[in-house]
Amino acid sequence: MEQIKVNVCMGTTCFVMGGSNLQELYDIIPQKYGEKVKIIGRPCLKLCSDNGEYSKAPYVKIDEDVIEEATIEKVLDLVDKKLGSV
Amino acid sequence: MYNAGQAIHLKKEILVRLIKAFLSDNFEENTRLIPFKMRKKGTEVPYRCCIYKERAILKDRTIAGLGFQIEEDDETVSLATYAKRAMERTEIDGKNLTVLQVACKGCAPSQIFVTDLCQGCVARPCLTSCKFGAISIKDGKSTIDNSKCKKCQMCMNNCPYNAIVKRTIPCEDVCPVNAIKKDEKGFAVIDFEKCINCGKCISACPFGAVHEKSQIIDILKVMKSDKKVVGLIAPALAGQFPGNIYQLKSAMIKAGFDDVYEVAQGADITAQNEAKEFAERITENGQPFMTTSCCAGYNQLIKKHLEEIKPFVSETETPLYYTAELIKKNNPEFVTVFISPCVAKRAESFENKNIDYVMNVEELGALFVAQKIEIFDCEETKFKKESSKQGRNFGVSGGVAEAVKKSLKDENSVKPFVINGLNKNSIKLLKRFAKENKCDENCNLVEVMCCEGGCIAGNATINSKKTAKNLINELIEQSNDIDKI
Repeated sequence: MEQIKVNVCMGTTCFVMGGSNLQELYDIIPQKYGEKVKIIGRPCLKLCSDNGEYSKAPYVKIDEDVIEEATIEKVLDLVDKKLGSV
Repeated sequence: MYNAGQAIHLKKEILVRLIKAFLSDNFEENTRLIPFKMRKKGTEVPYRCCIYKERAILKDRTIAGLGFQIEEDDETVSLATYAKRAMERTEIDGKNLTVLQVACKGCAPSQIFVTDLCQGCVARPCLTSCKFGAISIKDGKSTIDNSKCKKCQMCMNNCPYNAIVKRTIPCEDVCPVNAIKKDEKGFAVIDFEKCINCGKCISACPFGAVHEKSQIIDILKVMKSDKKVVGLIAPALAGQFPGNIYQLKSAMIKAGFDDVYEVAQGADITAQNEAKEFAERITENGQPFMTTSCCAGYNQLIKKHLEEIKPFVSETETPLYYTAELIKKNNPEFVTVFISPCVAKRAESFENKNIDYVMNVEELGALFVAQKIEIFDCEETKFKKESSKQGRNFGVSGGVAEAVKKSLKDENSVKPFVINGLNKNSIKLLKRFAKENKCDENCNLVEVMCCEGGCIAGNATINSKKTAKNLINELIEQSNDIDKI
């Protein structure tokens, strides 16, 4: 089974607009999923600057799927769905 | 206490849009359009009954961003006019908080309820514990007569089934000095005579009804002029953004500041002066204890509600006081902007002629977002004067007492007692210390922090306490001790 990659945008826009709360995922994800899921902090995924949508920040990218206005719950939901569908 | 959730996201989005509007070629028109751009025709209405009410509330929030009292809004005045008035304003007033009263409609009055969990027991401790005759039995179960209930909660505390609950009003509950109350119309009103600007109501309100009155437009105006504008970053700022404080300094210069100073520099002076004062008052003159004096919320509390503690409070000035004094002494023409983690510092700054404006952490963040400044991409710029390990740790609960201790020849003479957060109980404790002329556990230095966790938990912070502390720890590991700077 291929490892799921959770890319958390830690760029300034995402961080300011609420991404700072997502740092808790660094504790939660390894504890909950072990080796099945890898969490990576990214300086800026450029999703806010590409379309000017800072109002939808913070962004998280799980493999190729983008989560807008990301919260811990939204991220864990999508990870669970992906693991369920593998 | 850092803010989470959608209410704070809305406030930040408005700030970003306001700054973008200011930087555009038509500030007034682009400000008028903010509610319309945030709630476009035909889009989802997430919170209110209809898109028109959503926009009306966004307009009110924008008024606070422009630096006006929402309560005084004349609905016929457009945001464009408010923007114009903000541009024409030459002075700021001392009221730092404003309430979006229409949001209070969603918050019902405080009341004690008997829920379905009531088992109609034989003992009826609720009935016997109520001193006001507010409880009676109907169809075998308890009921409360709200005209008699004094909300003492005795029934709640005595019910063995936890069947009685209190519906709270978060802003009223969290205010340590009863300065915010719902009026007869159900709107929250702040009594500024009592308010200590602790900002707890801002963080507590789930509707995001309490706003800091922003000075962002006033600051942007002065940045646009040919005056030199310098940013004074509170020690807590080291834990608030991605990257380190040297990158933060570069990012701030990119955002429009001419230079940036660490207030930790002033914290070093505060620690050394407070240590001298401690040695004189406690060690030499035998005073039983002394309290710190750098928290603006605590200083307001002393002034408005806790006169009796005054003889025990240190007379040393705050880190911000010393930093601003140093800057203005050498460069009186500089315009000083304090970057603050909390609203209480707005009150302190208003009373200090050396501090011209206050921008909070959220507003600084919005300034970066509006200008697409990536802190991680900024190079490191050092400060003219590097601060100490202890000065840089002032914003973390326990850090001030530790800095005073480290500044004394005899570190063992200090026995710190940390009041980690002001609330009704800790205020009672301080009153008791003053009355009994002694501190618990034979302690002699009482550090008082209004926010639980220290300034890193101020109402306007954007990072969690845990990660903020980690970032500050990374910085202090590279810093020198206070006796070696």
